[in-house]
Order: sequence, then C-alpha cells, then structure tokens
Amino acid sequence: MSAPLVPRYSPRDRANHWVIAISFILLAVSGLALFHPAFFFLSNLLGGGTWTRILHPFIGVVLMLSFAAFALRLAPDNRITAADREWKKHLPKILRNEPVTLPKIGKYNIGQKYLFWSLVVLIPLLFITGIVIWQPWFAPYFSVGLIRLAVLLHAAAAFLAILAIIIHIYSAIWTKGSIRAMTRGTVTAAWAKHHHPAWYEEVSRSR
Amino acid sequence: MALQSLDIKARSATTTPSPSVRGATTEVAKLIDISKCIGCKACQVACMEWNDLRDEIGHNVGVYDNPVDLTAQSWTVMRFSEVEVTPGRLEWLIRKDGCMHCADPGCLRACPSPGAIVQYANGIVDFHEENCIGCGYCITGCPFNIPRLSKKDGKAYKCTLCSDRVAVGLEPACVKTCPTGAIVFGAKEDMIHHAEERIADLKSRGFQNAGLYDPPGVGGTHVMYVLQHADRPELYHGLPKDPGISPLVSLWKGITKPLASLGLGLAVLAGFFHYVTAGPNEVEEDKEHTS
Repeated sequence: MSAPLVPRYSPRDRANHWVIAISFILLAVSGLALFHPAFFFLSNLLGGGTWTRILHPFIGVVLMLSFAAFALRLAPDNRITAADREWKKHLPKILRNEPVTLPKIGKYNIGQKYLFWSLVVLIPLLFITGIVIWQPWFAPYFSVGLIRLAVLLHAAAAFLAILAIIIHIYSAIWTKGSIRAMTRGTVTAAWAKHHHPAWYEEVSRSR
Repeated sequence: MALQSLDIKARSATTTPSPSVRGATTEVAKLIDISKCIGCKACQVACMEWNDLRDEIGHNVGVYDNPVDLTAQSWTVMRFSEVEVTPGRLEWLIRKDGCMHCADPGCLRACPSPGAIVQYANGIVDFHEENCIGCGYCITGCPFNIPRLSKKDGKAYKCTLCSDRVAVGLEPACVKTCPTGAIVFGAKEDMIHHAEERIADLKSRGFQNAGLYDPPGVGGTHVMYVLQHADRPELYHGLPKDPGISPLVSLWKGITKPLASLGLGLAVLAGFFHYVTAGPNEVEEDKEHTS
C-alpha cells in the first residue's frame, strides 16, 4: 500500500529549480576557486583557471535569468505571516526533534522564506557586481574604485549566498521526504500535513 | 616557469613557502632622474626591442605622449606634463611611466592564480603569463594603474624590469639605452645613495623641494624617481602622493579570505553534526497510513 501523494512542484518548476541549482553549484565552485588558493584546485572542474574565468560570468547570466523567472512564481507564497513568526519561536525545539504544537504553516515556513528573500537580494547583487568586474567585456567601462567595491561586495554576497544554500541543502536532507518534492514533484500527504498543514488544507480543498 | 635562477620572495595565491634557499640577495632598483630626462623615448624603443613588443601605430592626440597610454604591448610610456610651479616659469616634466615594482605589490596580493605573479628576492615583481587566467584582479589591486590585459591573448602584461636580463647580471634595456644617464640601475641601497647626491645637486640649483620618490605606503618601490618637486608628485602626470593598496582590496584579499572559507566549512560541519546527533526530522510511519 503506497501513501497518498500531494503534488507540490510542476515539471516546469522542477526544471527551473534544477537549472538554478546546477548553475549555482558551478558558480560557487568556480567562484571559490578564484577566492582562496585553498580552493584553486576546483578551477579544474570547468577546465582550468582561464576557462573558469571565461565561463563563470556566462553561467551567472543563466542563474540570474532562471532565478528571476522562479522568484516571480514563488514570491506570492513567500509573504511572511503571523503564523510564521509564531512558528519561529519554536525553532530550537524543532531543531532538537522535540514534540511541539505548531501554528499552521502554509506552503513555506519562515526558514524557507528567509532563504527566498536572501537570494532575491543576493543574486541580483552578485549579477550587478559581476557585470562590473567582468573582464574583458564590461570591466574596462568602470572606474577602478568602483571595481574594487564590486569585487568586495561580490565576495561578501557570494559568501552569504553559499551559506544560505548550505542551510537550504541541509534542511532538505534533514527533513525526510522533502527532496522528492523537487525530484518527483510530489510529497506524501503525511509530510504535507505535518510540515505545511495550511498548504495541505488549501490543496485538499481545491482538489 | 621562467628564471628559476632567482629566488622567489612571494608568489600569488600560494600559501606555502616559495623557493628561497639561495641566501642573501641584493635588492635592486631602477632610479629615474626626471631632471635629467630629455623625453627622447629611447627607453620605449629599447623596451620594445628587448621584449619583442610592437604596439599598434596610434594617432597623434595633440600631446607628445606616444603611445598615449600603457598597453599590453607598451610597458613603458613617457608622460609629458607642462606645469608652472612658479608662475611664469614653464617646466616640462617628463616621467617614464611603468611598473614601480612595489615591495608590497597590490597586483600579487589580488591575483587568484598560483604563480601568475611572483616577487623575486631582488625585489622585481614579474608576471608569468603562462599561469595568468585573465581575470584582471591585478589591475584592481595595483595602486599605479599599470597592468594591461592583452586583447590578443587575454593575459596581463607589464614591465618585467627586464628580469631576464637582471638574472644574468645585465641592466634593464631602458637603462642600457638611456643617452643622458637619467635612468640608472643597481643595488637599491646604492641607488638611494646616488639619488641623495642628485637631490643635493638639484637643491643647490634652486629646486628646494627636490627629493626621492620611494613611497612607504607600498613598502617602497624598486623603481624610484628623483623629482624636482617631490612635495607635489601629482604634477608628474598624476603620480600618486601617498600610494597604497586600497583598503577595499586589503579587506577582500586579506581577512575576508580565511574567515569566509572557515565560515563555510563550519556551516557544513554544523549540518553534519546536527544530523548525527539530533537525527533526521521524519514524519512518523503510522501517520502516513492513517492519512
């Protein structure tokens, strides 16, 4: 007997998510290679230092475009509500897997929403600063003072974005039954009821 | 890898020691006495000749500067400035522009590619283009606006202080060719001593503010100028008065690098240890069936 399933992401959403994910990983790996010598070996992934320098910004454009499309679709479900704030107070208990009565959460909890809004700020910031330092196409049009500011902001934004994604990936691994939402498009009804009860009710009503 | 006959003091994007067994090496310096320069550009020609560089023929833009700027093919350029320090008394200040070979090189600090920029024990800062990835970070790091990316191969170039000649005991090509002795080369200590004599001479001729340009903000340089007006270096086509590596660059390539790397590593470890201690967040099996 298989558990009843609830659809969570359409094939289009899944494809979009994974275009973003693959771009992000390639960008993080190639960006880290140029950030600290300890990571320079990662430049081999894209075929060496020069290929890393050439490809990284183009992948960045792919990320910006695919993320923009995804963000527009997801934005309405990411408005922070009173229930989210209440839920946040119980976060330590949730993280310890302790029994707790939680307010009814919609499609996303506040952690997911914070991730969403962080990336809404960070990815365009990475894109804009990335354009300013993009050799040899755009950097020659900007003053060295602006480029110096841009490289620093780019590194800082990348650090925060990678940190956010580490948390995102770990949350998906930690919360069993989540990954299939992005690989198969569905979650079990029990998962939906437990983690996103308000969203589950909404989906049940509309079916 | 060129020039392994020279010890290496610093190497870009490298965290382990560089080859350095050879013991005491004399720090070298090129001294450019602007008061002796006649602007003949023989040094530019010698540089082209020795380094096999042939820049594109440009256009006259109404000044003597030719070419008008440093390029990947022009590693040194005469900068002509017409100034009136004393009103009514025109002075033609001609500065040979090019890499200053800083003791604390901003280019090397910014470079992400291991071994693309090296600083020899004798003080020469050299680009090894075979390791250059063309990111332009050296341009971002340089306080003197020197490195240039080549349109031909996407790699950064600048004056090598003729490291290939110096390694075998020769002076740089520009020094060799200078007809007035405005450019001299030798141990940095000797060059400072020589400069002092020149400065004393200039002062006796009425240049009260004559002095040596060896800016401490970049730890001193291995290309130094004797300036008639050392109190106002900016007269010499904007030579910076107190150059240093930009604090933004220091922050980016200084503390940020290890701290951010550590932060990311800790985040991954925190996740792993949370999982193995607290365990996964699972929806109970019977809940699946009752639903």
